[in-house]
Amino acid sequence: MSDRRQPTNGHASLPLGKAPCGFRGFIDAIKVHETAGGLTAAEIENRLIELGFVEGAHVEILHEGAFARDPIAVRVNNATIALRRREAMAILAVADGHE
Amino acid sequence: MTIAASTDPWHFALVGTPNSGKTALFNALTGSRQKVANYPGVTVERKAGLLQTPSGHSVNLIDLPGTYSLRGRSPDEEITRDVVLGRIASETVPDLLMCVADATNLRLALRLVLELKRVGRPLLLVLNMFDIAQRRGIKIDLARLSAELGVPVVTAVAVRRDGTGELLRRVDDLGVSHFGATGENTWAPPTAAELRAAQREADRIIKAAIAMPERPDTLTARLDAVLLHPVAGLAILLALLFLMFQAVFSWARPLMDLIQLGFDSLGELAHDALPAGLLQSFVQDGVISGVGSVIVFLPQILILFLFILLLEDLGYMARAAFLMDRIMGSAGLHGRAFIPLLSSFACAIPGIMATRVIDNKRDRLTTILVAPLMTCSARIPVYTLIISAFIPARQVWGFVNLQGLVMFGLYGAGIVSALGVSFVAKYFFWHERETPPFMLELPDYKLPRVRGVAMGLYLRAMMFLKRAGTTIFSMMVLIWFLASFPRPPDGATGPAIDYSLAAMIGRALEPVLAPVGFNWQINVALIPGMAAREVAVAALGTVYAIEGGKEAAAQIGQALADKWSLATALAVLVWYIFAPQCASTLAVIRRETGGWRFMWVTFAYMLALAYVASFITYHVAVALGAG
Repeated sequence: MSDRRQPTNGHASLPLGKAPCGFRGFIDAIKVHETAGGLTAAEIENRLIELGFVEGAHVEILHEGAFARDPIAVRVNNATIALRRREAMAILAVADGHE
Repeated sequence: MTIAASTDPWHFALVGTPNSGKTALFNALTGSRQKVANYPGVTVERKAGLLQTPSGHSVNLIDLPGTYSLRGRSPDEEITRDVVLGRIASETVPDLLMCVADATNLRLALRLVLELKRVGRPLLLVLNMFDIAQRRGIKIDLARLSAELGVPVVTAVAVRRDGTGELLRRVDDLGVSHFGATGENTWAPPTAAELRAAQREADRIIKAAIAMPERPDTLTARLDAVLLHPVAGLAILLALLFLMFQAVFSWARPLMDLIQLGFDSLGELAHDALPAGLLQSFVQDGVISGVGSVIVFLPQILILFLFILLLEDLGYMARAAFLMDRIMGSAGLHGRAFIPLLSSFACAIPGIMATRVIDNKRDRLTTILVAPLMTCSARIPVYTLIISAFIPARQVWGFVNLQGLVMFGLYGAGIVSALGVSFVAKYFFWHERETPPFMLELPDYKLPRVRGVAMGLYLRAMMFLKRAGTTIFSMMVLIWFLASFPRPPDGATGPAIDYSLAAMIGRALEPVLAPVGFNWQINVALIPGMAAREVAVAALGTVYAIEGGKEAAAQIGQALADKWSLATALAVLVWYIFAPQCASTLAVIRRETGGWRFMWVTFAYMLALAYVASFITYHVAVALGAG
């Protein structure tokens, strides 16, 4: 299992939804701003956590879709999760080597 | 092995995250002693089975829908929650919860275990696929894991013959002490903070008890580099679908010929054994040729299911959803709708039931609305019959069978119209711009196991044969009756069927259906086709057999080629793409949407599409000289 590091409280963090394919880093915070498809921000946050997106987890963008580079396949610690860039905007990550 | 008789059976429930191999474990433990039903009042499938432990104790095992937590985000997940919490009156509160986890990917499963602990029921963690974990060099300290979790842990390899021995012995050991004390139920829907804390705790336990290999397995990543590639991935998906439909059409041929031959000889046998008259006609034309003309499609249906089962077990289905998400999204469909829609190629009923994985209500309704447009296996008999009668078996471009190409085109038309209808529903009917989130775990690729796939195929074959033996059989009897009575008056000159009820019904429908090129024989066949689409083939066979004498029965296709114009044949093909020709599908839509409204909406729009499309097809074909 990869080392887990402490959250860095924000500086140089990037929404995963904007990160390029191949991005590697650690989750700094989960902050859901918008509601979607009848789901509250809290519900989206819960679902992200249930799929393993918690602060300190290592993430890597493995693949992206053909249209608008969406959705993305993200390696979270030891599992691969597919999600859309819009939801990935809630995942703030710090690139490896920049913490 | 006699202790069991004197004691009550134990009740166990299988819980686990999606992709944990829970169903494989359930199959391994219960074998063929399974019963599938529904939970009262809801349409969630209840899978239960019986097994015996080495000491001879009987166990009632229930397989609960997969879930990441007990929060109950969909009807399926609510069932899991309610059974685990003992909230369903008709279900025995489980003596033991068996939480199944993929030993190679424990992170999310361990969080679920921590949540399940709060329920206060005896709990056992089953590390499934333990052989794969060992092969990959993942070192799991079972004692430490069990101590950290405070839950007994046992390993299993569901797909291996003796892979559940250890698990069953452990169950017997635990049973001696009634699976340990039950505690107080302190479960409440976890908040985000609690979920976070639990995931952190799970991560801590993983760090303490599990050592990942120096060189992790990269097979899945390397395969995905190709299969999820933006261009190559989509091309491969398309090629796979194309291969699937070519296979359905050409590989099944020899087997189908064999079955056809079998039923033909059986019909001859009956013909010779029985005296000429009503009974002979009933047995040969009504029963044997009717049921036979449907059973002959078993090989094609099995090949289609073989592909679906293999792709599912391989872990490719989730990838297909990933690749299709954006394309389907532009048509107003959810990426998760891909799997229900792909299942609808086999049959719209399991497809519509599979829409329960879509938790947004409107997305689910849109998917249900268009699922019947996917070309189900019951249409295959109709398509095959008409294509082989009217489309020459030529090779085009050197390697593609023209008949297969037309078949592919019919499937394509179904898909395109489904996308069109969902687009209209989403943007003009719902007036909705926002799409709900798409989040899906992509499991590691796994080689499908022969036993699991064989079992799945066996269940499908049995379902189809049961249908052929009941619904289809009774429809065939009805059709034979309608086509045979009343008997022609003495001295009548025309064929007997012209005086029958069937002819009266068919002629009554003529004013409505003549504009789309249908003759009265087709009209008659459409009616029993409502019970099951494929019956239309048998019905046509019966109608033409009784009309044209015994020789025609052997060659329905030949009869059609003689009696229909190409324009009529094309109009029937197009009619079948759209027409709401299946009462069971409509019944399932009513049940799944909780009311009549969407059933009638589906019926009306499909009927309208069918009529308009066949009308256009027929008249264009006539204008081009195919009339």
